[in-house]
Amino acid sequence: MIEIRDISKSFGNTHVLKNISTFFERGKTNLIIGQSGSGKTVLLKSIIGLHKIDEGEIFYDDKEFSKMQDKDKKEIRKELGMVFQGGALFDSSTVQENVMFPLDMFTEMSYNEKLERVNFCLNKVNLENANNLYPAEISGGMQKRVAIARAISLNPKYLFCDEPNSGLDPITAIVIDNLIRELTLEFNMTTVINTHDMNSVMEIGDKITFIHEGQKWWEGNKSEILKTENHELNSFVFASELMRNFKT
Amino acid sequence: MKIIFHTGRYFLLLAKVFSRPEKGKIYFKLILREIENLGINSLGIVIIISVFMGAVITLQTAYNLENPLIPSYLIGLTARDSMILEFSSTIVGLILAGKVGSNIASEIGTMRITEQIDALEIMGVNSASYLVLPKIIAAVFINPFLTIISIFVGIFGGYIAALTTGAVAPSAYIYGLHYVFIPFYITYSLIKVVFFAFIITSVPAYHGYYSSGGALEVGRSSTMAVVYSSILILLFNVILTQLLLT
Repeated sequence: MIEIRDISKSFGNTHVLKNISTFFERGKTNLIIGQSGSGKTVLLKSIIGLHKIDEGEIFYDDKEFSKMQDKDKKEIRKELGMVFQGGALFDSSTVQENVMFPLDMFTEMSYNEKLERVNFCLNKVNLENANNLYPAEISGGMQKRVAIARAISLNPKYLFCDEPNSGLDPITAIVIDNLIRELTLEFNMTTVINTHDMNSVMEIGDKITFIHEGQKWWEGNKSEILKTENHELNSFVFASELMRNFKT
Repeated sequence: MKIIFHTGRYFLLLAKVFSRPEKGKIYFKLILREIENLGINSLGIVIIISVFMGAVITLQTAYNLENPLIPSYLIGLTARDSMILEFSSTIVGLILAGKVGSNIASEIGTMRITEQIDALEIMGVNSASYLVLPKIIAAVFINPFLTIISIFVGIFGGYIAALTTGAVAPSAYIYGLHYVFIPFYITYSLIKVVFFAFIITSVPAYHGYYSSGGALEVGRSSTMAVVYSSILILLFNVILTQLLLT
């Protein structure tokens, strides 16, 4: 489980996060939703330590991450997988080299063992026979799947995804969402997903945290979100005519 | 104030770069790859520039030494010493600052804006060390070899100029090459090259590593990297010459 308590973050005079507290449970897909510019990505990057928080505490299974030395943070990070918005695959490496990278850096496995693990991860994301392709040679959806394969290669306890289906067509987006959910359940990971896609919310949202203007505005699950009276959340959820029709 | 900020941040980056690598074997492979990227792939341009520099030095010296009292073998001596003392180290260094420097800044800068550096950090990899250290070690190792090749090729370029234009008799040119050779000049040149190799790799890496924004900013970082590397090469050229030759 990951727990955050009263975290705040500012950039200069701009207060991006204001006293946010919540927790993300193991074996569930925890969604952080909100409009663009609401502070979702900063929150996610603060939780994983890419941004240093100004105030508050972050716990990974009762270990206080926010107060750890860099050396100890590195140990937590080895248990953590991250899927970036653009995939963040290494351009000059093939799909196989990308997925093998964490194994090269942090394990003493033989080449054959690593290759077996790479093929296992690529198989999990339904990407066979793509080992020798470069990121530029595959589609956006495939890149996202390679990024997921790389993120799970070290069998992480925590999986973070920043807008995993942005820029994808609706069918591929659902494939990616379902894939993340399946992997979360299969490997019993604590998964945190940043999204503003309502399809994702309705498909895989076990727990949803709504961020508005840098504050936690609402928290619940996908069935509760449709019944909420919260004005800001309603404006966000029912922004499209499709969702308004769905409500009525 | 800005210069103090950048200098401080540059040295903080270097502290991260020179911290203990995660896995030596991986770094060794990266160093070999960078030797190819930064060194062997620069061989062509170094050879072309050196041939022409040697030829031009020979022709210009011959043009300026028309007095019959000055022996013509001094043209060979001048070509040799100019290549060793200045051209093969400093001028080639400046050319490489453009070629290699912009390459490093844009490569690392692109990795920064496409979150590849964040991905490394999240995996628990020291991104600064992983990306920059192999480049510094590779350049510091391979650039002295490029310089030695440049010296030989430059002197050969001068010989070709002598042979084809008749500006100086080839035998006089070769005699000049052997005349009053001071081996320390080679040491001096190689010491300079080691410093320049460090500047050519670390300064662009700094600009790339702290890039932000988009393609425009990466382009700007790349330009700044070349400008600052070139200025630092010229500055260190003066400092090292003062320290080593006077």
